[in-house]
Amino acid sequence: MTDAQNSSKNFAKIFPKNLAAQAAPAPLLSVRDLTKSYGAHLGCADVSFDLFPGEVMGIVGESGSGKSTLLGCMAGHLRPDAGAVIFDTRRDGPRDTVTMSEPERRMLGRTDWAFVHQNARDGLRVGVSAGGNVGERLMAVGARHYGDIRAAATDWLGRVEIAPDRIDDRPGTFSGGMQQRLQIARNLVTGPRLVFMDEPTGGLDVSVQARLLDLMRGLVRDMGLSAIIVTHDLAVVRLLADRLMVMKSGHVVEQGLTDQVLDDPQHGYTQLLVSSVLQV
Amino acid sequence: MTDAAYNFAYLDEQTKRMIRRAILKGLAIPGYQVPFASREMPMPYGWGTGGVQLTAAVMCPEDRFKVIDQGADDTTNAVSIRAFFERTAGVAATTRTDEATLIQTRHRIPEAPLRAGQVLVFQVPIPEPLRFLEPRESETRKMHALEEYGLMHVKLYEDISRHGHIATSYAYPVQVEGRYVMDPSPIPKFDNPKLGDCPAIQLFGAGREQRIYALPPYTRVVSLDFEDHPFEASKADHPCGLCGATDSYLDEVIMDDAGRRMFVCSDTDFCGQRQAAGHRGKDAA
Ligand SMILES: Nc1ncnc2c1ncn2[C@@H]1O[C@H](COP(=O)(O)OP(=O)(O)OP(=O)(O)O)[C@@H](O)[C@H]1O
Ligand SMILES: [Mg+2]
Repeated sequence: MTDAQNSSKNFAKIFPKNLAAQAAPAPLLSVRDLTKSYGAHLGCADVSFDLFPGEVMGIVGESGSGKSTLLGCMAGHLRPDAGAVIFDTRRDGPRDTVTMSEPERRMLGRTDWAFVHQNARDGLRVGVSAGGNVGERLMAVGARHYGDIRAAATDWLGRVEIAPDRIDDRPGTFSGGMQQRLQIARNLVTGPRLVFMDEPTGGLDVSVQARLLDLMRGLVRDMGLSAIIVTHDLAVVRLLADRLMVMKSGHVVEQGLTDQVLDDPQHGYTQLLVSSVLQV
Repeated sequence: MTDAAYNFAYLDEQTKRMIRRAILKGLAIPGYQVPFASREMPMPYGWGTGGVQLTAAVMCPEDRFKVIDQGADDTTNAVSIRAFFERTAGVAATTRTDEATLIQTRHRIPEAPLRAGQVLVFQVPIPEPLRFLEPRESETRKMHALEEYGLMHVKLYEDISRHGHIATSYAYPVQVEGRYVMDPSPIPKFDNPKLGDCPAIQLFGAGREQRIYALPPYTRVVSLDFEDHPFEASKADHPCGLCGATDSYLDEVIMDDAGRRMFVCSDTDFCGQRQAAGHRGKDAA
């Protein structure tokens, strides 16, 4: 038997017939055995999963469970000790972003990737107007027509429900919810393919959270975004995430479809989480 | 008379060699900010200690030395720097741009075209053009290294959104040989076109910030702009009141208590030579 026949036989064995018949989509992101320690202190360990185009993955877990560490390692903000983060780049197909050169990784960071911080002030330039904040990524990839940049900024402010007459105001004059929406606009303006979010609704009032969630759900759906969202809030993952990973002490203890995990948790820790016995 | 208590041009030879090495590196990588170990000079920061150290490092006994401050040879700053080198190096001074071999300047490039063999030394207060929007030095270095210059255009964007046009009129950022973005020091943007394709060597020194950068002769220097807001080397739309020049950078001076104003060349040597050649403006006596 040839290698090709052999592998196609294995393929058929792994995937049910009807699925194997359709061309299986390549994952947008493949995380393999990702591990990061801070000295003797474990950040996250042996995390592996695939994220497919258009999918939203939620990461939940108590404080200190390693969610931000994992996200930072995936987004290139932190250097993992071991493991791979393979991203399906537009130009060269799947590439390990951990071992690619820093210029390439930073280029991804301002084109195909976006990062929404919990604290809007970490993700905004407070000394620059709302329009300049939204336009920055466009200028970073070579936009040199003021009128076009301004039109794109105006359009995006509208899409995140910020009145166009606020375009020349600085973010410091915005409410917390508006700042977070501005951060989202600033990130999405270049049409990224993957968005990382760390507690995007944290620190906001409940009613403000609800509006932001609605907006994010609309954007994810309309743009077909792939996203990885870290949160404490199970309501957030219920609303936004197709799949869910539960973390505890740096390890993933359970992962699966969001509804499945939330409605029928297998791991004892997840059961505690879902039953709200555990305050996360 | 040279003051014998000092080494030629004040700085010791070791320090000059260190500065010359930084200059050579700067010339080899046009627009790149080279760190150097700035020395204490017998004058306060803000008086051009960076420029003075560069001048000291390149000065030869046969140099003809000129110092200008905002275009003028006779301001306190210019006079004291000129006197400093007359005393410590015994070099001949001149106010004439065409005679000078070494020119130290603050805030201007002379109007008269520079030629091969001349060295122009700029005094620089803040060498980092990205500082305005990114205060972290670690980050700005990385941005230069990786040519991530989108932020410079954010600054120009902010200008247009606030004023309707690019209002930056001094220290207007340039890109050198399609690579490094550079702050040309607080010269008026009117002078920016003179930076490029210049036969003279241009050296930039920031004393407090300990940085040297350089433009070798005939370097390509482009002022940043937008397609729909192109760079303009603007100046006051008047002829010089004294010499009638229409193509020189002008200062507005108040003439009397009644608030009468006059526009005159900021380059005093240029204006004086034109007047000596018989040119007259409408305010000339
Ligand atoms: N810079 C650091 N230096 C040392 N230890 C760190 C550092 N950052 C995080 N840790 C530790 O790594 C573990 C994981 O932290 P991480 O911030 O990833 O958790 P988290 O799940 O995001 O928590 P939270 O919900 O509070 O944001 C924790 O034990 C934390 O104390
Ligand atoms: Mg966290």
